[in-house]
Amino acid sequence: MSVQLWTYIFVGITFSLYIGIAIWSKASSTSEFYVAKGTVNPLTNGMATAADWMSAASFLSMAGLISFMGYDGAVYLMGWTGGYVLLALTLAPYLRKFGKFTVPDFIGDRYYSQIARTVAVICALIVSFTYVAGQMRGVGLVFSKFLEVDIFWGVIIGMAIVFMYAVLGGMKGITYTQVAQYCVLIFAFMVPAFFISAQLTGNPIPQLGFGSKLVDGSDMYLLDKLDQLHTELGFAAYTSGTKSMQDIFFITVALMVGTAGLPHVIVRFFTVPKVKDARISVGYALIFIAILYTTAPAIAVFSRTNLITTVNEQPYDQMPEWFTTWEETALLNWVDKNGDGRITYAPGQAIVGSPEINRTNGEIVRGEYGEVTLLNPLTSTENELYVDRDIMVLANPEIAGLPNWVAALVAAGGLAAALSTAAGLLLVISTSVSHDLIKKQFNPDISDKKELLFARIAAGFAVLVAGYFGINPPGFVAEVVAIAFGLAAASFFPAIILGIFYKKMNREGAIAGMIVGLLFTLAYIGFFKLLYPEYNTPEYWWFGISPEGVGTFGMLINLIVSLAVGMIFPDPPEEVQEMVESIRYPRA
Amino acid sequence: MNNHNLKEYWAINIRYVLILISIWFVVSYGFGILLAPTLNDIQIGGFKLGFWFAQQGSIYVFVILIFVYVYLMNKLDIRFGVQETEEGS
Repeated sequence: MSVQLWTYIFVGITFSLYIGIAIWSKASSTSEFYVAKGTVNPLTNGMATAADWMSAASFLSMAGLISFMGYDGAVYLMGWTGGYVLLALTLAPYLRKFGKFTVPDFIGDRYYSQIARTVAVICALIVSFTYVAGQMRGVGLVFSKFLEVDIFWGVIIGMAIVFMYAVLGGMKGITYTQVAQYCVLIFAFMVPAFFISAQLTGNPIPQLGFGSKLVDGSDMYLLDKLDQLHTELGFAAYTSGTKSMQDIFFITVALMVGTAGLPHVIVRFFTVPKVKDARISVGYALIFIAILYTTAPAIAVFSRTNLITTVNEQPYDQMPEWFTTWEETALLNWVDKNGDGRITYAPGQAIVGSPEINRTNGEIVRGEYGEVTLLNPLTSTENELYVDRDIMVLANPEIAGLPNWVAALVAAGGLAAALSTAAGLLLVISTSVSHDLIKKQFNPDISDKKELLFARIAAGFAVLVAGYFGINPPGFVAEVVAIAFGLAAASFFPAIILGIFYKKMNREGAIAGMIVGLLFTLAYIGFFKLLYPEYNTPEYWWFGISPEGVGTFGMLINLIVSLAVGMIFPDPPEEVQEMVESIRYPRA
Repeated sequence: MNNHNLKEYWAINIRYVLILISIWFVVSYGFGILLAPTLNDIQIGGFKLGFWFAQQGSIYVFVILIFVYVYLMNKLDIRFGVQETEEGS
């Protein structure tokens, strides 16, 4: 059976499962819609959190990114897992004890201020919308690559599915679909990894395999071999990387703290019954996440090694079939600069921009050796190979010569990862509107039924907006992910931490801190990423910190401003201090 | 449950958090980043140690830290009588 047929089968089965759960889990009150009535089992919540957290980026892009970054990829691996330690030790149990529905709820009540609540709502909306657009795009990409469905229809189908279970079931529907989606995505991620690890190293456990010796008879460790290949081709050794140490440090902090401040992650810990459950639930979540996150760097090494040994200095006409298939998707392309018919792989870009295939009357124009030709101008480097980062996961099964059903599984897994994260984000958007804005600000007397209706309308509307951005992505989707983490780190995290651990923190300090942290981070990222990308190089960055790592600065500025401004103004009212006291103890 | 006891409960909690966060910091930022070039001189199996901490070891340590905290806090909750009853709190 072909990959395409297998993909239809897997996607069909998994989508029917999600729809089934949607019908079974219809929410009938706002408490059910917002936090599944706070009755989710901690293990279930851990699994749902893992799916909520691991997005299309974790599943499709991360291993590929790491395989091109080498050691530097650690910023994602540590940055996107270390935040869970902060969550378990400093946030989740206390927010669970506080026991409301949303993060702006906590900020608004703790800082006894509608302004604080509104600032928090704005942060939550910006963070969630930037994030969700990328997810819908991921859905569209999987559909177009594997099912040859137009991206437009891919996004529409994805929207329809999310609409069903998020709008009908709310948090309850999302939780149980996320559990199903976790199972799909982790199975899809691990199966090719086991196969490839066994092929290359004889050890099927990828976490051990990439520290083992190769089975090609060379008696070399895989990583030593890869370092050697890298050095021979003129790249930095795989295990040492190229970013500066302070940039690695700052990016890792920003991603960790950003993770701990993301509203769609935090809100998951409102759904368990007890404080005790919230603590252990974070632990379960991290175990489920760690399975993928410790496998990804192994996949990165396997696919990097496979890629280099397959293509470098080999004649184009001896390339395996997958090479030519992926050429036509413009994700893997070869330009024969020196005219020797062999593929030379070297540092630097091979072409200017992303590949644009040369066509006349819709037919691909082929070069001397039958290769797909491009319209892009060539660069002056020796490198002749363009490789899209995402291909490392998408094409992995084919590169390793695995059966067709494995490749199809990867497609279903990518969809599961994108849909589960999108649903979690949409819920944050809908609760921000119906609960934090309508119920808490404009119309406090609204009935529960009406509020639920508004929540559904807001969720439906958010699906449409997300879909629009999925079909017409702003050119900077990849860039704005940095914004989501930077903003969460620079706005929510300090306000929540101070709110829990510093009883005397008052509203003036917290509001000033959030606004300054937010604006500073937005300005820095906006300057380098959107306005003046030509200056986006280490010599212009402050202290050598890239826009990806600036959230750490924003967080520090927020802390300093909060404490300084807080000193000028009076302490919070007695009842607020008592509330802070009470969230510190599971009972009493 | 009097206030004095609750203060002690909170103080011990803060101490646990500070100790565990220090380990968290040393393993990820220390071994994984700042000391990584030095640790890379040590090779265990096919892994250079700094590289291993950055891409594998720190994640395992994160998981362990959370479960240690859960264990310590569950015990502390019971010792100070602030654990939740079965119906929730």
